[in-house]
This record gives sequence, structure tokens and C-alpha cells, in this order.
Amino acid sequence: MIHRTLIIARREFLAYFATPLAAVFLVIFLFLAGLFTFNIGGLYERGQADLRPFFQYHPWLFLFLVPAVSMRLWAEERRTGTIELITTLPFRLGELVVGKFLAAWGFTLVALALTAPTWITVNWLGEPDNGVILSGYLGSALMAGSFLAVGACISGFSKSQVIAFVSCVVACFLLLLTGFPAVQDFFNGWAPRAVVEALASMSALIHFEALVRGVVDLRDLLFFVSVIVAFLFMNALVIDWKKAL
Amino acid sequence: MSLLVETRDLHKRFGGIHAVRGVSLKVHRGEVLGFLGPNGAGKTTTMRMITGFLEATEGSAWVDGVNVALDPLRAKTRMGYLPEGAPCYPDMRVEEFLAFIARARGFRGADLQARVERSIEAVNLTLVRKQTFETLSKGYRRRTGIAQALLHDPPVLIMDEPTDGLDPNQKFEVRALIRRLGKERAVILSTHLLEEVEAVCTRAVIINRGVVVFDGTPTAMDALAPASVKVNRLDHVFRQLTTSDESGGRA
Repeated sequence: MIHRTLIIARREFLAYFATPLAAVFLVIFLFLAGLFTFNIGGLYERGQADLRPFFQYHPWLFLFLVPAVSMRLWAEERRTGTIELITTLPFRLGELVVGKFLAAWGFTLVALALTAPTWITVNWLGEPDNGVILSGYLGSALMAGSFLAVGACISGFSKSQVIAFVSCVVACFLLLLTGFPAVQDFFNGWAPRAVVEALASMSALIHFEALVRGVVDLRDLLFFVSVIVAFLFMNALVIDWKKAL
Repeated sequence: MSLLVETRDLHKRFGGIHAVRGVSLKVHRGEVLGFLGPNGAGKTTTMRMITGFLEATEGSAWVDGVNVALDPLRAKTRMGYLPEGAPCYPDMRVEEFLAFIARARGFRGADLQARVERSIEAVNLTLVRKQTFETLSKGYRRRTGIAQALLHDPPVLIMDEPTDGLDPNQKFEVRALIRRLGKERAVILSTHLLEEVEAVCTRAVIINRGVVVFDGTPTAMDALAPASVKVNRLDHVFRQLTTSDESGGRA
């Protein structure tokens, strides 16, 4: 079963590199990550050996870049008609869904891995807490994974990649939104504490920030894992439901 | 003769449209069944229900004794399928694509390589094996689609318009291939070309508005035409059977 999932993952992963998408994505991601970290985040000016300014902007980068990775997963198969081919090969639906997700996730992990020079730089300039940085990378990877799961599910609905992209940006924005300081402040004054906390616990941003601070809490990990599992499950339902239409 | 494909009272509704209305077929080993009908008659939908790509609204489909809806995984290992338009991943090379199909079909190592080579040879893809699918001509695309359907040597082959877009030479080759394959298998192919029915099929089924209106040998189909019709006799029968309830509009 794992072997069959990897057959799909391998094909999908290589498909990213078969088109200019991979190069364009990687260049833009690295350029923007650098821009935010050094020019806007002021990594050098802060005079602290850590990567807070680097991770701080990841959710916003991912908000626009991750949907570009996930939008093709199913929409492309529908547009070219290969969905008919792949769903009549002896794969379980779960193998297809997880395989595609793993490929997209693997691809974003490649992008994250290519930011290693920034990590090396702070180690060269000072003595950062590498545990905190590792935890930040974990948070970043999980956040990208959650967005990808949302995007894969949305991509299953449509054969238009543009629709998949736009809907995914909106959905991921909502996933972040509940953690906005502005939204939190809005509720803080009057809403019961429980409501404010419930909203915050639904926010990818709050869980992400905990990880970036270096606090690896099981609840934060569980949040991201649940989002991924829930959306992949819905993805399978969408594909199965389309079959009966 | 062993029964390899059976549909029992298949129905398909798309919203308010009743596209397939009770199609029951039995196809045995050694039969090449030509599935005919006007556009929109329900040919592709019926084939999609047999392959499990679409779920039947009512009725059931069986492939080599396996119920497609209840045990789709096992049913899928027993058939090869060429979907309408022979879709394929545009950025993949022909041999990469066939290797992917072979892996998906559970082959590994030397066996995988041998399968890929054999299917490339079977439909003469040697010249284009290193080319990506998007650079192929329509004929080669179709042949790549046929190659992936044959790769695992399935007892059942289902092909939606296998010769569409091929030039006369390619048509001749593919038909010869289908005839050869049909001896040991059950083949269902859809086509718009009545000459194809005469050339390769042992049996013709005509479907019109989701209902089977003819099921018999090409010779029996020919016999339905009056003696006064000298040329294109199958075309005549086809028109008779598929336009009779439309006040003769299209004939």
C-alpha cells in the first residue's frame, strides 16, 4: 500500500520538475523569503542571532505560493482527461489522494530546504538556538502541509486551475484569519474568554507562532496533523462523489 | 466460451438526463464487440460504468466474474482501458509513461522493462519512445493509449474509439492488432466507422438514446438492409435503427 502510494507520489513529484513551474516557484519563493527576512524583517539590524524575521513571513508567502503548487493536483487531471486513466488503474482512492499530497509536500519541503543558507548565515554570525530554528522549520513545513491539503481538496472540485487557486487562497486566508491580532482584539473586549480562545485555537497562525518561538507543544502538532488528515479525507470524498455524478 | 464482461440492466442518470436506460450485455472470450450509436447515445457512459470510472445509477457490471462496484480494485486488474481521446500526461515521455503504468500494474525490475518493451513494439512506438506526449501526433497518442491498455495482458480490453484520428495505414495496423488480441480476450470497442465493424468485430451492438436497438453479428446487421440497397448497407441499417423515432429528420 505504501509502495503504491509512492508510485503516485513519485510521478507527481517529477511532474513539478517537468514544467517551468518548479523553477519559477523556487526562484520566487527564495527571492521573497530573502526579501522579507533581510529587507523588511531586518535580520541583520536586529543584532540577534535567530530566524524570527525569516519564519514570521512564511504564512503570508505560503498563502499565495502554496495554492500555486496544489491547484494542479486534481484540476489538471480533469482538464486533460487523465483522471479517467488514473482512477481506472488499480489504485485505492486513498493511495491517489495521499500520493498526490506527499508529492506536493515534498516539493515545498525542497523549497524550504533551499533556504538553508540563511540558517548557515546566522550560525556563522552568531550563536543561535538551533533547536528553536528547527522547531520553526517544523512549523513552516506543517503550515505548508495544511495549506496543501486544503488546496488538494479544493482542486478536486474543478477542472479550472484558476478557480482552484483563488478558492484555495481564500480558504487558507480564513484558516489564518482567526488568529489575526485585529480579529483577536475585536473579540477580546466583549466576547467570553472561551470564545476568543476557541477562535485562536482554530487559527493556523497561533499554532505556527508557538512553534516559531521554539515551543513544540503536542497540541500545536496535533492541530496541523488534524487539518491535513481532515482535508485529505474530504479530498477523497470529493473525488468519490464526482464519480457518482 | 467463458463469459468475461457482463452488464445487468445498467442505468445512468446525470441530473434530469437519463443517459443509459437498462443496457444488458454479455461478452465472451474471443469476441470483439463493436459498440455503435450516434453521438450522445450512451456508448462512452456505458463503457465508463464497466471500467468503474462512473458509478451506475442502477444495475451492475461484471468483469471476469468480479463486480466492478463491489471489488473495483480486482476488477481493474482484469481489464485494460483506453479512455475517450486517449488522455495522457503531456510532459511525460512515452517510455516513462508506460513504465509508470507498469509500476501501477504491479510490475517491477526486469519484468517491468520487458512489459514496456513489448507494448512499445506491439503498437510500433519505437520511433517516438523518447518524445513527450504533447509532441506526438494524434495517431501516436492513440497508439500510446492502446499500449498502456495492453501492457498487463488483460483478459478484457475496453477501447473508446481506438482508431479515431489515425490515418488509413495506422487504422489497418490497429485493426489487425485488435483482431489478433480479440482471439484470446473479450474486446469492447466503440466506433463511428461502420467499415470498422465489418473489418474487426465479431459482433455489433447499436445503442440509441441509452437503449440497445441491435445486438448481433455484422452479417445479421447487413441482412436487415433491403436487397435494393447495394452500397453502404450497414450505414443504411444504422440510420434506420437510430433515426426511426425522429420522424426521419436525420436520414
